[in-house]
Amino acid sequence: MNTVLLLFMVVVVIGIIRAHNLFSVVILGGAYSFLLATVMVVLDAVDVAMTEAAVGAGMSTVLLLAVLHLTRTREAPLRHAPAIPLLVCLLTGSALVYATVDLPPFGLADNPQNQHVAPYYLDNAEKETKSPNVVTAVLASYRGFDTLGEVTVIFTAGIGVLILLSRRRRREMIVVDEGRSKHDA
Amino acid sequence: MMRDTVILRVVVKLLLPAILIFALYVQFHGDYGPGGGFQAGVAAAAAIILYGMVFGIDEAKKVVPRRIVNTMIPLGVLIFAGTGVASLLLGENYLDYSPLGSKPVKGQHLGILIVEAGVFITVASTMLAIFYVFGGRADEADEKGGEG
Repeated sequence: MNTVLLLFMVVVVIGIIRAHNLFSVVILGGAYSFLLATVMVVLDAVDVAMTEAAVGAGMSTVLLLAVLHLTRTREAPLRHAPAIPLLVCLLTGSALVYATVDLPPFGLADNPQNQHVAPYYLDNAEKETKSPNVVTAVLASYRGFDTLGEVTVIFTAGIGVLILLSRRRRREMIVVDEGRSKHDA
Repeated sequence: MMRDTVILRVVVKLLLPAILIFALYVQFHGDYGPGGGFQAGVAAAAAIILYGMVFGIDEAKKVVPRRIVNTMIPLGVLIFAGTGVASLLLGENYLDYSPLGSKPVKGQHLGILIVEAGVFITVASTMLAIFYVFGGRADEADEKGGEG
């Protein structure tokens, strides 16, 4: 099952690389996110799958389509040979693959990440927080600091986008004001 | 953007309450099933964005004005951080919700609910704010294209 899904993802990525129409790239990106969400469901990480489907496939696709509405929908022709980016990708990829060699076997119960705090959460989360979904208990209570940080990141990103995108309009308003004062003078 | 399509308008009107109810379900059922403030916030924002895409951004802004959206972005963070301050004032560690209720378990439960509400508010309003800004620019571009 995992192999099939990962194969699908590889196919979608090749499609993204080969496509020059940005509309199809955005839609393929959405398809990629849905495949990733399915992988998360297979791995029993339903909360992550839900987030991936909502944010990755839904929201990003819509926002990217909104951006495409503002720009042209054809990819700009390459100005230089793709050798250096390709080299960087290959190096990073091989470093990541090399790192996976040191990982413990996939999905074993006595892996370090299943031995550290996870048993405590599984045993005590429902008793201590009355929340049968351990993920929620960990996110909101045990790891409240992390989630507070995440919300702050979203807050900062939102404020940043608002400031960046509202700036031009303010400058236009200043220009209009200046024009008006010149006219008055 | 697509103001002339009857089928879209009817289908969206039918879907909107379902999406909003689903968002609330994900929000308040997050303790028991998958989901939580983050996912619910995105779903709720998606409902308004869908409405804005079909009926025009100005109509969406009538439902959720920009001023409210801009207030909600920091409000969620403040609710989250404020819960931590409340537990500090009640004599516990920051973001330890135990003293919020009569029993520690109840306090934890209440704390999670409040904090998730904060996440929901910030996520939903941020998504909506970004959409409004992008959409507003698209409308401007359309107007300019029309004039030019």
